[in-house]
Amino acid sequence: MNPIVSLIIISIVALAFGFIVMWVSKKFKVEGNPIVEQINAILPQTQCGQCDYPGCKPYATAIANGEAPINQCPPGGEEGIKKLAELLDLEVLELNPDNGDEKSIDMVVEIVEPDCIGCTKCIQVCPVDAIVGAAKQMHTIILDACTGCDLCIPACPVDCIISIPAPIPNTINRIDKPQLFTLINEAQQL
Amino acid sequence: MSGLFFIFISAVFINNFVLVKFLGLCPFMGVSGKYQSAIGMGLATTFVLTLSSIISYFVHTYLLVPLELEYLKTLSFILVIAITVQVTELILHKTSPLLYQVLGLFLPLITTNCAVLGVALLNIQQQNNLIQSAVFGFGASVGFTLVLVLFSAIRERLESADIPESFKGTPIALITAGIMSIAFMGFGGMAR
Repeated sequence: MNPIVSLIIISIVALAFGFIVMWVSKKFKVEGNPIVEQINAILPQTQCGQCDYPGCKPYATAIANGEAPINQCPPGGEEGIKKLAELLDLEVLELNPDNGDEKSIDMVVEIVEPDCIGCTKCIQVCPVDAIVGAAKQMHTIILDACTGCDLCIPACPVDCIISIPAPIPNTINRIDKPQLFTLINEAQQL
Repeated sequence: MSGLFFIFISAVFINNFVLVKFLGLCPFMGVSGKYQSAIGMGLATTFVLTLSSIISYFVHTYLLVPLELEYLKTLSFILVIAITVQVTELILHKTSPLLYQVLGLFLPLITTNCAVLGVALLNIQQQNNLIQSAVFGFGASVGFTLVLVLFSAIRERLESADIPESFKGTPIALITAGIMSIAFMGFGGMAR
């Protein structure tokens, strides 16, 4: 057979296969793992890592896979555990003390700026990039972004990071509520 | 019926694709580190290999032969395998997220598994009919899974074994595979 004809035929076959894949990929489109997304929505998104996972999403994935119990999230607290238990039809557990205590008031941290030596150590441990600063320059904390996970406190060599009560509860997802946060901030400054 | 049984047993043991025919060695070495992943890879390969050997039979008999394009069989089989893997992955992702998570990473790897292409081509060479092709493909993949799981179990033990420094890692794995191959070559004497 003419080589050009065979070339055309094989191209048509390949094209047909391509269309099959296209059709299947449209037919069987997946919008993420629904259960992981649902668990992730309950978690407080502090990305603090106190649950022994790198962030909220990995912890949500681990819960969904049945690899982790639901009581490892101190920022979510009892309320969070209850919601998770409801969603997953599990028993409500006590917060695992190994992962830290639930704080009665929501806290964020603040840098005592005159004491800061500009070592950048706190910047490296911050899971949400809420600390700005450069080497040998004074650092400061973006309160809007701070989740109060306290990971930076042990990292500071001069102990210049302190916990302060948060202007709004940490558990409110700040990404969804930036206006609310700005409003409260302004009200406090008046 | 006994013919099909012979094809199956022959593909699993006597002509084991990995240890006797040296096909599909890449996943055999690469994915055999852990028992769990070996099972996952074995299952995924079994599914894809059986399916692709059936589809390639149809492509060959009803497309390539009537058009006298048999010389394009390698190319078209590669296409068929790639499509099978891709479609399997998409459907699995949607219908069975759990199985997808077990097999997930390994599915795309099967595209370049030469055992899969080897089975498709051997089916043509041996002039197998549809049922024979399917049984041969299934047998080949069962054989693949069998040695993969056996090998991974051995390798998990090797992890904690006291091995001389110069043999650690890949050398001991290759030597082990060689000894396993000797064992499987023994099946060759059972039937001609």
